[in-house]
Amino acid sequence: MSNPNAVDWTKPQQLKPPEPGPLYEKRKAVHPQRIDGTFRRFKWLVMLVTLGVYYITPWIRWDRGPYAPDQAVLIDLANRRFYMFNIEIWPHEFYFVAGMLIMAGIGLFLVTSAVGRAWCGYSCPQTVWTDVFQHIDRFVDGDRNARMRLDKAPWGPKKIARRSFKWMIYLIISFWTGGAWIMYFADAPTLTVDFWTGQAAGVAYATVAILTATTFILGGFLREQVCIYMCPWPRIQTAMLDEKSLIVTYKDWRGEKRGSLKKALKSPEEFGDCIDCNQCVAVCPTGVDIREGAQIGCITCALCIDACDRVMDEIGKPRGLIDYATMEDCEHEAAGGEPRPIAKTLFRPRTLIYFAIWGAIGAAMLFALGVRSHTELTVEQDRNPPFMLMSNGSVRNAYTVRLRNMESRPRDMEIAIKGLEGGTMWSDDIPQSEAARSLVREVAPDATRIVRLYVVAPQQTPSQSFTLTVTSQDEQQEQDSSEVRFEAPGEQS
Amino acid sequence: MANKQDNAANEQARVDEATGTEFVGHEWDGIEELDTPMPRWWVWSFYATIVWGIVYVILYPAWPMIEKGTEGVLGWSSRGQFAEEMQAEEARRAPLMAALARIPIERLPENSEQMRAAIAGGAAAFKVNCVQCHGAGAAGSKGYPNLNDDDWIWGGDLKAIEYTLTHGIRWSGSDETRLSYMPAFGRDGMLTRDQISDVTSHVLSLSGNSEPNANGAAIYDTQCAFCHQPSATGNRDLGAPNLADAIWLYGGSRAEVEQQIYNPAHGAMPGWKDRLNPVTIKMLAAYIHSRGGGEDFVEVAADPEVQVDEQP
Ligand code: SF4
Ligand code: SF4
Repeated sequence: MSNPNAVDWTKPQQLKPPEPGPLYEKRKAVHPQRIDGTFRRFKWLVMLVTLGVYYITPWIRWDRGPYAPDQAVLIDLANRRFYMFNIEIWPHEFYFVAGMLIMAGIGLFLVTSAVGRAWCGYSCPQTVWTDVFQHIDRFVDGDRNARMRLDKAPWGPKKIARRSFKWMIYLIISFWTGGAWIMYFADAPTLTVDFWTGQAAGVAYATVAILTATTFILGGFLREQVCIYMCPWPRIQTAMLDEKSLIVTYKDWRGEKRGSLKKALKSPEEFGDCIDCNQCVAVCPTGVDIREGAQIGCITCALCIDACDRVMDEIGKPRGLIDYATMEDCEHEAAGGEPRPIAKTLFRPRTLIYFAIWGAIGAAMLFALGVRSHTELTVEQDRNPPFMLMSNGSVRNAYTVRLRNMESRPRDMEIAIKGLEGGTMWSDDIPQSEAARSLVREVAPDATRIVRLYVVAPQQTPSQSFTLTVTSQDEQQEQDSSEVRFEAPGEQS
Repeated sequence: MANKQDNAANEQARVDEATGTEFVGHEWDGIEELDTPMPRWWVWSFYATIVWGIVYVILYPAWPMIEKGTEGVLGWSSRGQFAEEMQAEEARRAPLMAALARIPIERLPENSEQMRAAIAGGAAAFKVNCVQCHGAGAAGSKGYPNLNDDDWIWGGDLKAIEYTLTHGIRWSGSDETRLSYMPAFGRDGMLTRDQISDVTSHVLSLSGNSEPNANGAAIYDTQCAFCHQPSATGNRDLGAPNLADAIWLYGGSRAEVEQQIYNPAHGAMPGWKDRLNPVTIKMLAAYIHSRGGGEDFVEVAADPEVQVDEQP
């Protein structure tokens, strides 16, 4: 056993009666202190942008003509369409959505390997809403000390009033958050009116109720518990980070041994730069003491950097006792080396490879978006029976043809036979006497039209492949074709 | 690892120095598990799931017993829900079915929505009632007519198909059944073997499958032309098949045709009037008509008495 705590079982053991620990543990409330600094200001900015995007996006209008919704971002589940500005995605183009998810995943790898848990620290919804709720705490109950005092205080009318007021604000924000979500799935102005007049779908109310409840509970009460116990990402992150990734670190070779400012002034050579003021712990939104080293509870929000830098400024020491640094740099600096520029952590094989993959997928998707056709043809052949002998000896095959018009206007489409000498076709809406080599059908905007096609070929036509083509009869003249089989009795060729 | 279990009690007593937490006693590759207490909210969530489980067991069917399971106080069952949904679906379809019942079949094509509904309903009914003889693709087989082609012994417009479906072919259950028998020319000694051979040659030559046979043609004119017409295009009123086309119900080889003249086979089809309601029969007719060979009406009945639903 390599564990230093391991017991040497070859020797006789002293039997200690086991003392059972507690089965469960109450959450220790975290009361982060107000702080200002570079990273705090960056956090404000990210919060404004992310919340702004979330709440406002569904209200952006986008003109797509008379046949399509005019909401810029819309997930239309009923019609199975996904609109995003001028991109419209159909269910069969779901690979675009898959591609976006893969890009999001690789993007997360890229960001994590370059700048550590930036996602956790700044833009994770849990982080953002926790931050919002912490500011409400501060607004209603005061800063850290006042909050700790109020927490300890017995329940009385004053505390009850305070708490109800605070929870009411929680609830309003939670409700607003849940409400914003459903706006992505229907026309936002209409849905808002329907919602308040009781005419929206049951699922809309249920979704709002569930999201209100989860925001209220997770953002208002569970907070860092979500990061530490529920979220799988910190665990995966351990695998994503390496010694070249940026993390928030306490430079113990500079800070230790810690001692109060008074002691440090008395015997400067004995003590390091850390004056044990505990500011870094007080501001931490997850209650972490970063001086104990990297740990799962640290979301790398860098607020402790802001706090410690301020302390260092005050006592006249250089900034950066707590700093963004890579493990490699830490070792280098601990050994007495000069601090190295941070920029190079961004450009190294690992991040460049992630970026290359990410960029390649993005470019491929852009290309596919650019060249994709708005006209599509799929053909399904009747297999039972494969062919039909007609009374005049000719042979008939039946096909189910789907014409897809992915534009927001009705379009005429021409289906035509290529190959199959002497073959003609008619469809279920015209009689056989009108059979021809091609026929034109109008397809409604954003719709798929199903046409049952009968193709007939004269006697003695052998089995063979031929091509059905569809061409839109507008200025685009978009084309799609599909090779199909014509089955006939006798020799297969 | 080996003596781990013997000393489990001792292990429990050990405490991790860094955290002050006890070890559980599990170790993998030098990594040991600590007995860290669970968060309180977690434990409460766990209790809540137990409470939910109990409530669920009381409300819904849950425990399997020897005869049947517990039923739950809400009285919900998946079968009950299914029956409800079926009822709701039937209620939803009722107006359409009523409209289909009212509309005379020859006017069905005028209303594309009803026509589409009828074809879909007919396809379902076909799978239950008709595939046994006519095959899943309605292609039939020897003796069982192919319903996809354009050869109709008794007529291929909607009305004729509906009539056949209702009363059957040579079916004892209906007085109005379609009835016809071809004489057994050979078995009953009406023609000799040689004469049958000649007439077979003549019949096959009509569709280009044999040399013309003058003797056979003469026999045809006296024996066959009455039912099958001098042009050999058949007579639907009598159910006499068209002999000049490429389709043969009982096979088009020389031996098969000869056999049919010598001792003809007669297929029978049950009429469905007692087993299927008129709307289902109407839908079946629409489906069969839609298979590719359906014929248009010579004239559409204009019955002012009948209310025709005009749907938008
Ligand atoms: S804020 Fe800086 S000086 Fe104060 S305890 Fe933390 S590391 Fe030490
Ligand atoms: S330790 Fe510092 S970086 Fe980590 S979560 Fe706390 S404040 Fe943020």
